[in-house]
Amino acid sequence: MAAHDTTVGAKPVPLRLRAEKRRWGEVVVKGALALCAMVSVATTLGIVIALLEPSIEFFREVSVVDFFSGDRWAPLFTPASFGVQPLLAGTLLVTFWACFVALPLGLGAAIYLSEYARPRVRRIIKPALEVLAGIPTVVFGFFALTFFTPLLQDIGVEVNTFNVLSAGLVMGVMLLPIVASISEDAMSAVPQELRDGAYGLGATRLQVSTRIVVPAAVSGIVASYVLAISRAIGETMIVLIAAGGLAQITADPREQAQTMTAFIGATGLGDVPTGSIEYKTIFAVGLTLFVITFAMNIISIRLVRKFREVYE
Amino acid sequence: MSVGAARLGPSPRGDKIRGTGFYVVLLVCVSVGFVLLGALLIDVIRKGVGYLDPVLFTEPNSTNPEKAGAGPAILGTIYMMFLLLVMVVPLGVGTAIYLEEYANRERWYNRLLEINIQNLAAVPSIVYGILGLAFLVRGLGLGRVLLAGALILTLLVLPTVIVASREAIRAVPDSIRQGAYALGATQWQVVARQVLPAAIPGIATGSILALARAIGETAPLLLVGALTYVVVNPTLLGSFTALPVQIYQWITRPQDEFRLLAAAGIMVLLAILLTMNAFAIWLRNRYQRRW
Repeated sequence: MAAHDTTVGAKPVPLRLRAEKRRWGEVVVKGALALCAMVSVATTLGIVIALLEPSIEFFREVSVVDFFSGDRWAPLFTPASFGVQPLLAGTLLVTFWACFVALPLGLGAAIYLSEYARPRVRRIIKPALEVLAGIPTVVFGFFALTFFTPLLQDIGVEVNTFNVLSAGLVMGVMLLPIVASISEDAMSAVPQELRDGAYGLGATRLQVSTRIVVPAAVSGIVASYVLAISRAIGETMIVLIAAGGLAQITADPREQAQTMTAFIGATGLGDVPTGSIEYKTIFAVGLTLFVITFAMNIISIRLVRKFREVYE
Repeated sequence: MSVGAARLGPSPRGDKIRGTGFYVVLLVCVSVGFVLLGALLIDVIRKGVGYLDPVLFTEPNSTNPEKAGAGPAILGTIYMMFLLLVMVVPLGVGTAIYLEEYANRERWYNRLLEINIQNLAAVPSIVYGILGLAFLVRGLGLGRVLLAGALILTLLVLPTVIVASREAIRAVPDSIRQGAYALGATQWQVVARQVLPAAIPGIATGSILALARAIGETAPLLLVGALTYVVVNPTLLGSFTALPVQIYQWITRPQDEFRLLAAAGIMVLLAILLTMNAFAIWLRNRYQRRW
């Protein structure tokens, strides 16, 4: 670095604060790290290409209109029928029952953890919820098929061996920790002053929880809901094991139904010849699934941004 | 002076009843998950304990439930765990370092990168299986091999590792970096000698948790060809299976004994996961620095 000439009376030499020459090692390192980051971009591109290419071929043989308006899904029959509505209906029905459990109960658990629980209780329950969230989905599927379905039958609900209700309710309990965890984080972020102000005015804990905290945390709660719905739509193993493989349009949860994910799983397991129309159905249904979950993710980001409360 | 819309007037008994009722409702909400968890664990243990013997660990699958075991499956899971460790940790940490230390947030391509990672985290796991099927199994011609399964699981948990690593790196206070720069360190020296060592506990915890999640994944492996009837021990480029897939195959068998065998397999899987999670939490508690 150029130094000052400190002789009295000398003109000051400007200090050059930049390094003398480039360090090529640094450039290489930055390049290598950027390359690592590119892997994620490559993954997204790969997913898009992997889904689009066979789907385009598929939609040359089966018209898009037939695909979305047909109500019979029988790709392996002759004559084959490619109406995707039964799969959509199956996914919708399972998701409904999963959310029926996960959304209200998850919010309730979050309110309890955030507003009512003593610190010692919190320290036990939060990790326990993490444990619940960490159990593999194949285990939940096993539980739904071998314990929950017989249980339902024992208490008098006449369910099929494979049924939507079992899979949906168990999936709901699987999603409960997600809703609870994210909602509770959102509620913890609400400043204590808001609560204290309400308590000071004579509000009860019920009133503070439901009229102050929950509305303030609503963006986080909605984000957790959308995430749970998204996970429910994309979940495979529980429905593959417990909900059945008959693609039919039904609103009765005691029957079996096949979701998009279960169809992809079941078909992918078998040995379908590459390039056949059955092979391409995997990608067409996969594309539909991907677009739906992608759209939900975008909606979630938008909603969170719209409703986010900014505190001082 | 009006107090506004809230009807905060006194109604002590009504409040007490509503308050207690609400509290009970909340308790029910919390308990449902745990009741189910308890029922699940008891059920699995009751069903599986009869089949928990050395045969389970050493023998391959068989059509006879008495002789069937999960040896190749357990080996497959362990091999995949090591492959994952080697692949996903460098990639994830490298990306995290780039995003936290090197990337200029103003640039559009870096913002796109962040959004991209967020989106990848939301993609259903079976879509990763489709990706694997298209590119690795059929596209590259790798076939239904262990390496393909490991690659796909790497991509699946990569966003999780990236997020965990970023949190760990962000937790290192800026003063550490500034001090190092002031002493004349280059950017890489600051990262490699100050930031990374300080962030390692957080990175390690996050990676182990991500690995534990990957071990339990079944759907992508089904598509990438974790064949459900494998009798030979897995090799890198040979046919393979993994414990969750083996469990799934047993569940789908008609004989009831296979259901019990599946429960035993589940016990092994849960034991592996419990150990990994406990280890990760122990790591976090033992080595976490409080700045």
